[in-house]
Amino acid sequence: MTTPDHRLSQLQTLEAESVHVLREVAAESERPVLLFSGGKDSIVMLELARKAFAPARIPFPVMHVDTGLNFPEVLEFRDKRVAELGVELVVASVPDAIAAGTVREEPNGSRNRIQTPVLLDAVEQHGFTALFGGARRDEDKARAKERVFSFRDEFGQWDPKNQRPELWDLYNGRTHLGESIRVFPLSNWTELDIWGYIAQEEIAIPQLYLAQERDVVDRQGMLYAVNQFITPRDGEPVLRESVRYRTVGDANLTAAVRSTATTVAEVIAEIAVTRLTERGATRGDDKVSDAAMEDRKKEGYF
Amino acid sequence: MSALSQAAAEIATARKDILRIATAGSVDDGKSTLIGRLLYDSKAVFEDQYAAIERASRGDYVDLALLTDGLRAEREQGITIDVAYRYFTTPRRTFILADTPGHVQYTRNMVTGASTADLAIVLVDARKGMVEQSRRHAFLASLLRVPHLVVAVNKMDLVDWSEEVFEGIRDEFAAFATKLEVPDLTVVPISALQGDNVVTRSANMPWYEGTSLLHHLEHVHVASDRNLVDARFPVQYVIRPQVLGPDSAAFHDYRGYAGRVAAGVLRPGDEVQVLPSGLTTTIAAIDGPNGPLDAAFPPMSVTVRLADDLDVSRGDMICRPHNAPHVTQDLDAMVSWMADAPLVPRMRLAVKHTTRTVRAMVKDVQYRLDVNSLHRDTDATGLGLNDIGRVRFRTTQPLFVDDYHRNRVTGRFILIDESTNATVGAGMLTPAG
Repeated sequence: MTTPDHRLSQLQTLEAESVHVLREVAAESERPVLLFSGGKDSIVMLELARKAFAPARIPFPVMHVDTGLNFPEVLEFRDKRVAELGVELVVASVPDAIAAGTVREEPNGSRNRIQTPVLLDAVEQHGFTALFGGARRDEDKARAKERVFSFRDEFGQWDPKNQRPELWDLYNGRTHLGESIRVFPLSNWTELDIWGYIAQEEIAIPQLYLAQERDVVDRQGMLYAVNQFITPRDGEPVLRESVRYRTVGDANLTAAVRSTATTVAEVIAEIAVTRLTERGATRGDDKVSDAAMEDRKKEGYF
Repeated sequence: MSALSQAAAEIATARKDILRIATAGSVDDGKSTLIGRLLYDSKAVFEDQYAAIERASRGDYVDLALLTDGLRAEREQGITIDVAYRYFTTPRRTFILADTPGHVQYTRNMVTGASTADLAIVLVDARKGMVEQSRRHAFLASLLRVPHLVVAVNKMDLVDWSEEVFEGIRDEFAAFATKLEVPDLTVVPISALQGDNVVTRSANMPWYEGTSLLHHLEHVHVASDRNLVDARFPVQYVIRPQVLGPDSAAFHDYRGYAGRVAAGVLRPGDEVQVLPSGLTTTIAAIDGPNGPLDAAFPPMSVTVRLADDLDVSRGDMICRPHNAPHVTQDLDAMVSWMADAPLVPRMRLAVKHTTRTVRAMVKDVQYRLDVNSLHRDTDATGLGLNDIGRVRFRTTQPLFVDDYHRNRVTGRFILIDESTNATVGAGMLTPAG
């Protein structure tokens, strides 16, 4: 793995940095939890957590904020992976919160905003003091300014003008009662690093990330697969296309891209020449405005 | 796969090292444009991002500076609030760039950005030459011991590509740098707006014999910047599988000390000493992310197993018996202070050093440093926000320290205000006296 001159590749360097962050939180925070959606970033984060504490079991639970709009195969993948690792799974359910009346469905059908209070309630209920998230700084302009350890007040809010200075790798995860820290072990990874690591370590991912023929509808240049959440509108043509997903968000909002990549190596080859950011290409929810992510983060979103 | 996509994939996944860069500049010296140029010309900018800034640009040029101004308040006020991190990659290297604002909270942000950097870029406007801020940025880079410093003399197009102007700035900077500890200084004439000497050599400045800025970033030698001599392993976390993982039945006796190698090279069979107990043993095995290793070195995260059953916990330090760090409760350090309320004698703070956190009291402030003139004000009674000075502390428990110039990992610490939990300062240990 290592060369005689004691150098690491960029993936080994990123891996070492992430493992350090995961262990630091496990050592210092009373009750951490790892956010696991079954998406590729959280899969890599969970794999890094496995490595960080091996041969012991991962010493904290994982949590999924279930919007009720997930791709079924992603949920299957989630349950399988959690069982393999023997970790506790906490599910914070948006449909349950809607039924209980603590949040209300938005008219546009997006559950992006209403998953934030559901997340915050679960954090309070379980007394979680640190939350690992799989966000990367290369995803969005607002994320580029986020610390690895991101402090949140008792309402889960992010104040970009008042972040703790973060020096060297000496992280300050201290909180008062009710406050929490969001921790992003993958901060310095890019989309290509994630894929390179999945290939190098042969990490299993949901089949959605690889191309297959699907029935899709074209809405403003975005290709949505026809499924239980997306039905063709009157007169809307249904096309048969070979597509894959670059991100897996809610099944009613996440679009696929045309692709013939049926292996991870082919996905990497496609991404390397792709000229659209992954959120720009596939996420209807981020198209609202240039500052959509910043606004959601301030409210407590990841 | 097409030949093109195959080539692209190889570039994306090739085995490369990472160079961490900190940039600093004043408000109008074109730092955002330079970064935009590096991102755009190295193809780290995506079509949708480019389309967004093309729409937002006014004037003839696409304003590449808009690529880096992320927050709404920044676009509204035309300022940069906080350190932002950018990523780009070339066939030779991967780059992580900490983009630090030049004006608001400049010291705090510059110190933050420079703390992890292998190389710092200081931008100078060719029309103005060296200004107070250029000196300050260079000084902060040297205080943080960033091993490589690049001075980019920008806006050469506005001084008619003049060799004389460039040489004047270069010589002035070199003279100033002799007062600092700058191991490696490179000066490059550029035009970020037009791209000259950023990625490719400029045809407008045939008199310049050096390489382009990007070429320098790709080739500067950083492997030897690490300390591979003094073995230091701060114990971060003890792994004892009480609840076994699914495939760990064979590990019921396992006890491993997890952490990041701070310096030196550790190997199985090495005789080691554990601080603070002072007991010695040998390394039985080193487990890496993918199994046993025959050597561990910075910045690897590993798990060390020892031959003897010693009482070792988080905050302890594993080193070599005849090459141990100083064990001390007295700290002498250069401190960068980052809180509104001043640092004053008798103040109580928490000190986080490697994986050990202790309480400390400020004994005295020996001097406050004027970062522009480098003058030492020995009459100072405290340090205000963004001040830098030499401070002595007494800690409640011993720390295992080295001088910062010898070891950037075991020579640094942060200061935490225990009432607010805020990080209020950064410290770099200096030899006592």
